Amino acid sequence: MLESIWFVLWGVLWIVYFVLDGFDLGLGALMPVLAKNEQDKRIIYNAMGPFWDGNEVWLITAGGVTFAAFPGTYAVMFSALYSALMLLLFALILRGVSFELRGKVESPAWKSVWDFCLFIGSFLPALLLGVAFANIFAGIPIDKNHVYQGTLFTLLNPYGLAGGLLFLVMFCVHGALWLVLKTGGDIGQEMHEKAKAMAGKLWFAQAVLAVVFLIFTWFATDLYKNYLGAPILFVIPLLAVAGLFGIKIMMAKEAWGKAWLSSAVFIASAALFGVVGLFPRLLPSSLDPAASMTIANSASSPLTLKIMLGVALIMVPIVIIYQAWVYKKFGHKIQADDLTYEQAY
Amino acid sequence: MDVLMLSRLQFAAATFFHFLFVPLTLGLSLLIAIMETKYVRSGDEEYKRMAKFWGKLFLINFAIGVVTGITLEFQFGTNWSRYSAYVGDIFGSLLAVEATVAFFLESTFIAVWVFGWKRLSPKAHAVCIWLVAIASNISAFWILAANSFMQHPVGYVIRNGRAELDNFIAIITQKWVVLEFIHTLSGAYVLAGFFVLGISAWHLLRKNQVSFFKKSFRLAAVFTLIFAVFLAINGDLSGKEVAEKQPTKLAAMESLWETTKAAPMYLLQVPDEANEKNSVEAMPVPGALSFLAFGDFGAEVKGLKAFPKEDRPPVLLSFISFRVMVGLGTLFIILAVWVWLKRKDPEQSPLLLRILPWIIPLPYLANEMGWMLAEVGRQPWIVYGMMRTKDAVSPIAVSQVGTTLVAFILVYGLLGAVALYLMMKFARKGPGSSDDAVAAPAGKEVAHA
Repeated sequence: MLESIWFVLWGVLWIVYFVLDGFDLGLGALMPVLAKNEQDKRIIYNAMGPFWDGNEVWLITAGGVTFAAFPGTYAVMFSALYSALMLLLFALILRGVSFELRGKVESPAWKSVWDFCLFIGSFLPALLLGVAFANIFAGIPIDKNHVYQGTLFTLLNPYGLAGGLLFLVMFCVHGALWLVLKTGGDIGQEMHEKAKAMAGKLWFAQAVLAVVFLIFTWFATDLYKNYLGAPILFVIPLLAVAGLFGIKIMMAKEAWGKAWLSSAVFIASAALFGVVGLFPRLLPSSLDPAASMTIANSASSPLTLKIMLGVALIMVPIVIIYQAWVYKKFGHKIQADDLTYEQAY
Repeated sequence: MDVLMLSRLQFAAATFFHFLFVPLTLGLSLLIAIMETKYVRSGDEEYKRMAKFWGKLFLINFAIGVVTGITLEFQFGTNWSRYSAYVGDIFGSLLAVEATVAFFLESTFIAVWVFGWKRLSPKAHAVCIWLVAIASNISAFWILAANSFMQHPVGYVIRNGRAELDNFIAIITQKWVVLEFIHTLSGAYVLAGFFVLGISAWHLLRKNQVSFFKKSFRLAAVFTLIFAVFLAINGDLSGKEVAEKQPTKLAAMESLWETTKAAPMYLLQVPDEANEKNSVEAMPVPGALSFLAFGDFGAEVKGLKAFPKEDRPPVLLSFISFRVMVGLGTLFIILAVWVWLKRKDPEQSPLLLRILPWIIPLPYLANEMGWMLAEVGRQPWIVYGMMRTKDAVSPIAVSQVGTTLVAFILVYGLLGAVALYLMMKFARKGPGSSDDAVAAPAGKEVAHA
């Protein structure tokens, strides 16, 4: 029971991470297309400014909780996906410092170095997270000793790449919508319109990729097993469909806040769809079902799970409350004086 | 080289680099919080400018500290998966608590502090930097509790083929945690203190912004002396703790080969690891080692030969790191007293002002040496007495670790150079007399600038 609760929490943490960091990863990936000049770029940096760091901690926490609640899975997952995770790590390192360092020297060359770091540090994680999770859904070649029998390129199979593309586009739509929300003040009007058009265009790509991925999932994974066993669960993919169309409808109505929320619903339910399909496995083996990492063979002791549950149930709501406060405090549209603010990025 | 050695090098490089940034974060956040509190209490705009100037240096340091910290969490899984699986029940939960309790708070409110100068009331804004300072120090507690478990495991049972949690409270309250926490924080505060003193001295010598840097100097002077003394007292207690709980580390850091009663301490000593002896032993202080280790001049101290070879840590590295750390710690106390005596009129002591900027790197060295002793001296164990480092490494390929090690050295080398360049640039530039006037839209702040 405790293990199952932790499985749910594990899934929830990843989902919160995708929904929150998703928009700033997407926005970073879109920057080269959306931003025409220095002012546009600074608007984009400052549109994520107060949020990106807090968002990224959800990834650290999701990783930390994997370690704490399912150390067996953590050990196998991180060593099996060594090269992919290291790429992700380097991307996040370059991305993380680009915010702080970019504005510190007044030189176009210096700035373009960090702009590239932001782009690659956003693009790669979005793609890699999708590749990683698609591979987790499908199972990876781990043998009965939990040793990975593949390379980085094993992960770049068609289904993995489909997952990567879906994540990338999903996050880009999420990011474009965020930029629409944060612009439209006294500056950046052109980019505001561009972001709207971008979200509209990418929505189609997102819809096509989502359908492709769903169909592909039927053939490449056994995620549907849980759904066929308990058809009520089909509510989750239906919710994803509702979120997807919600984005379209709200965009048509120019209700951008609701469009962003629909995108959040879409991302959350798309990820939840995979997580529910996995249960009770956290990392299936494609070689031998018995070698899969599950809640039964990789969970921590009941005492650890109990203590950690107490910590999580107290701390996570507190974190959500103060982060919500930050979003409220800094959710305004970016104005000219936000860019002249001495501490702005 | 094999996966084990490469992984050890990679972990050492990543930790060494990460810890170039951590101590300043821990100490300077606190100093900035004090400055801003003084501003809120007194309304003296100079304290606000201090918070902003030191804050700028803090943020560059912070950015690199944060991103390099993620590497460490990742590496337990990527490179030390057998360790993670074996002790994750305990170790993983300490890291997860750190993330939920402290890291969220720190990362969220640092952004509010950066972007909130105009959107928050001065009081609320000062609260933000306090939250950052407190959160980063709490964060250190959980990380050090996890490290203490590796140094001296308690509160566990071996069950189901792994170490499982038995007593959470015992793990986070054991004496080792308390000592290591105080030691690490004191070391960090001394580093931050000399950082502020060194930069202030540089400007005072050039008569830049004299009032501004005198205030900074005075604040840092008190801070540094308090924690330099703390560090020494705590260092002595930590030594006794090591003597009791990690006898192999004690013997290695003192390069003591034979078990000796009333063991002396040699002021001049050169270990010869290959021949299991010291090639030079001169200027003995009789019974000093016995006294420092056990509080008794006649006590017996176990020598390295009392332990099988496969249980001994690398002697030379342990020995050097210990000596350098203690030597520097002594120097810090002398300097801190000198600084404290001159705190009211530092411009009257140009010699001191000339020395202090050169001192800035030394606490960095001392901090790193401390970690080298803690980690190298614990070998061959990853968890002392419980699990050997060689049994902890992941089943990964040499090419994988080799590639990432090179990548780490390149990326970290570049980041380190960039950080050093920017810190020096902004430290030299000083607060600038028109700092506020540039950004302030109107009236109020310009008037003060």
